[in-house]
Amino acid sequence: MLTVIGQSLVNGLIQGAVIALPALGLTLIFSVLGFINFSVAAQMTVGAYAGWMVNSHLHWPFAATLPVAFLVAGAVGVLTDRLALAPVRARSGGQTSLMVAVVSIALNLAIESALRFSFGNDLESYDVPVTRDFRFAGLLFGPQELLNFGVALVAAAVLATFFTRTRLGKAMRAVADNADLARLKGIVPNRLANLATFIAMGLAGLGGALLVVTTSVDPSVGSRLVLVVFAASVVGGLTSLPGAVLGALLVGVASELSLLVISPVYESATAFLAILLVLLLRPNGLFAGVSAVRR
Amino acid sequence: MITYLTFVSTLAGIYALLALGLVTSWGQGGMTNLGLVGFYGLGAYASALLVGGGMPIPFGWLGATALAAAIGAGVCLITRTLRGDYLAIVTLGFAEVVRLFELNETWLTGGSNGISGIPAPLKSYFGAAYPIVYMVLTWSLVLVAALALSRLLKSPFGRALRAVREDEQVAAVAGKSVLVLKVQAFAIGAGLSGLAGALYAHFTSFIAPDSFVVQMTIYIFLAAAAGGVTRVPGAILGAIAVMVLLEGSRFVAAAIPAFDAVQVASLRELSIAVGLIVVIQVRPEGLFRSRNQLSGTR
Repeated sequence: MLTVIGQSLVNGLIQGAVIALPALGLTLIFSVLGFINFSVAAQMTVGAYAGWMVNSHLHWPFAATLPVAFLVAGAVGVLTDRLALAPVRARSGGQTSLMVAVVSIALNLAIESALRFSFGNDLESYDVPVTRDFRFAGLLFGPQELLNFGVALVAAAVLATFFTRTRLGKAMRAVADNADLARLKGIVPNRLANLATFIAMGLAGLGGALLVVTTSVDPSVGSRLVLVVFAASVVGGLTSLPGAVLGALLVGVASELSLLVISPVYESATAFLAILLVLLLRPNGLFAGVSAVRR
Repeated sequence: MITYLTFVSTLAGIYALLALGLVTSWGQGGMTNLGLVGFYGLGAYASALLVGGGMPIPFGWLGATALAAAIGAGVCLITRTLRGDYLAIVTLGFAEVVRLFELNETWLTGGSNGISGIPAPLKSYFGAAYPIVYMVLTWSLVLVAALALSRLLKSPFGRALRAVREDEQVAAVAGKSVLVLKVQAFAIGAGLSGLAGALYAHFTSFIAPDSFVVQMTIYIFLAAAAGGVTRVPGAILGAIAVMVLLEGSRFVAAAIPAFDAVQVASLRELSIAVGLIVVIQVRPEGLFRSRNQLSGTR
């Protein structure tokens, strides 16, 4: 029994680390731009397809596909943000952020439909060598999963460095903290919007590619996973980047542990339950103390 | 041809009910229900199961409406202290859980096979004319709902609700109970979606999880937005417009032989999604501008 729980912990942490990437993206956009961007789901799929294209058509090794997934999803993210969301965001009014959220869910459907139009509904698989799981301390580890875990950790570390060490990163945090004060200090929030969107959607795309490499890509793969991403963000308080990572790890472990008692088809329902519990008990997120930004 | 037109008009009426619900919670109350299709599916299954269990059909419809409204109120209460964004996330998750439940609780919902043979009211009595009778019945319900909503939204309740939408704090200072107003408006919206689902179930006599796809939520948002999010007549015209767009694009796309069925379906969905984006960007007020609904004798 202990081994079973240990195995669930390992699987949950690995899955959670990868989920953390899109969750970071969602949190970043909410912090800097002040709205929920539901098109994160479709951008995960964009990244997954971009990686699959260069992996299976151009035969690039898996590691080389990841920057492609990041860049393509980031670029599509900025382009669609400019076209669809920015004009609505520019309006002032109490309802603006909800309007933008509604437009972003329409955008999500638009991107997903465009992908379905181009690639069809078939399941596509990455061309990666099949490797054997190895046993360590009585627990099973997949080499591909461990690689994913490592990539997610590196990406999170790079992001943390960016936000604490560079001027741009600090400016972005300043805007997230208090847009008016940041403007007083000469930071133009709108100029940071593109960069924030690029990083956020790039992370979503990278996460998407990592999430499908051991399974398969289809046009709605992002939409199927997105509830878990939202759960991670909400558990982390929706405005805290470290919170999003911790939230993702927690949700990952919780959903793996829940598989011991409920049917795997209800994995998304676990995420929904996590959202409900957090909103009922600690609406500002479980980690509100960790450099939280209140809105 | 008549059969097809009757079918489409009935469906348009069901969409109109959904759009009316959205006008109440989104347009007038400022709350985004991204799980609209969840309440719609819930209503359909609830009525099918109640009637299947021996209840008379009107009770099935009432039960579906009441259940959807009650769950809507609950969802709204959970996010009461938070920004509207949270309600959007919770409703989206709710719809996903409803879908999973429909798909996997085979003992109750029949799983992906769905429920078939749902009885239609008075079908044997009217015989061949029945589709037209059901269409008239649906649109009568739309009309009743529209009239009731117009009255309600013109009443002090409507004014208070709009005040809450514009600024909760100001409304609270003016002595309005913000939470009660929001929960009521959201429950009305959810209840209408549940009723629409029940109407759908007894109309097609067959429901399955595939009948309640996530994209439908976007169709209804387009219907409500195109007609002007705050306006009751706008919701009805918007629903008709969306139905024309959905069905029209089916014919247009079928006329282009270069595309396969999946591509045609994705083009339809793309056109709806782009339609919603464009409407909100270009005409945020929709076809019908929101009337300056101040207090007064108008």
